[in-house]
Amino acid sequence: MATKLKKIVLDPLSENNPVTIQILGVCSALAVTVKLQTALVMAISLTTVTAFSNLAISLLRNTIPSKIRMIVEMVVVSVLVILADQLLRAFLYDVSRQLSVFVGLIITNCIVMGRLEAFALSNPPWPSFLDGLGNGLGYSSVLIVVAAVRELLGTGALLGFRVLPESYPTNGLLLLAPGAFMVLGLLIWTQRTLAGIRKDD
Amino acid sequence: MLELLNLGVKSIFIENILLSTFLGMCSFLAISKKINTAMGLGAAVIFVQTITVPANWAIRHFLLAPGALAWTGNAALARLDLSFLTFVSFIAVIACLVQLVEMILDRYVPPLYQALGIFLPLITVNCAILGGSLFMVERQYTFPQAVVYGVSSGAGWALAITLMGAIRKKIRYSNVPSGLRGLGMTMILTGLMALAFMCFSGISL
Repeated sequence: MATKLKKIVLDPLSENNPVTIQILGVCSALAVTVKLQTALVMAISLTTVTAFSNLAISLLRNTIPSKIRMIVEMVVVSVLVILADQLLRAFLYDVSRQLSVFVGLIITNCIVMGRLEAFALSNPPWPSFLDGLGNGLGYSSVLIVVAAVRELLGTGALLGFRVLPESYPTNGLLLLAPGAFMVLGLLIWTQRTLAGIRKDD
Repeated sequence: MLELLNLGVKSIFIENILLSTFLGMCSFLAISKKINTAMGLGAAVIFVQTITVPANWAIRHFLLAPGALAWTGNAALARLDLSFLTFVSFIAVIACLVQLVEMILDRYVPPLYQALGIFLPLITVNCAILGGSLFMVERQYTFPQAVVYGVSSGAGWALAITLMGAIRKKIRYSNVPSGLRGLGMTMILTGLMALAFMCFSGISL
């Protein structure tokens, strides 16, 4: 049982990564990665929302009529996202300004809905919570790598502290939208090659 | 008038909702394999976006914004700030409108309904739609601006997915490294496309 639970958490980190392998939740994965700080906050928010919405839906799974389950899921996710948004506004106002609409867009993030439909509706609460946690962490790992690359090469700094020497010519392209697409494209290439996954989708 | 036209050009080309704010990537990646379906979904997004952004503007303006309930003439209601309900009500409006559009199309224009098929319900969870409405709030558009923004951001999304559908059709005959095939290549192509679209920046009428 313990190994199975461990697999639920660890699988989405590499072999079954929601972003690079399953192509879910890419929208916000790109928009918040200009700086490492915003990416970290976004990663924590999404992981929390996924884990707790999975837990809530799993607890309710036997009482939700299947016809209206989408609406129930939407309501649960929206409530959690509103909580996350209000907390960020209260305690991390600057970051929440920078994240602008993207916290709200967690509602339509395919990872959250995808896990609810695929896992939480048919599994007990504890594994569902872990599954949400694992998928959130898988998403976070991609977010953090992309943000680190973009901030490091784009500004020569990490989390606002200068890392590369002053002589490093900063590459402004990485801070713009095309940079995000290309970094993620290359990351997907690397990961699929390392994991030995071939997909002709 | 010129200002509205400018906003239109800006949201289609310069600040393309897909290529510069990354909204609607999921369906963009999944549906852009064939150009026909890509165009169908693009048309559906234009349609839904055109209706939802102004509708959400009205909801926001008459119900949710701080002091928006002043039209009721009730002093207690006028002091209410319901803006924390923005997310829930927007997503509900979008879901309802998509459902409504689906039923209307099914009843009166069956050929179009058949052509759009599964894509119509999928639009509910397309972040370009919710994102468009949230940007409309954040940038404090007026009603005419909201209408123009709805139409043109939808058109920008449709343009991007149609172009990508065409490119992916061509790329099928090229020799792409195995790990890069599919998603990886599409991301890099989208990057190049975003780079090309950046050349529009600075255009104003």
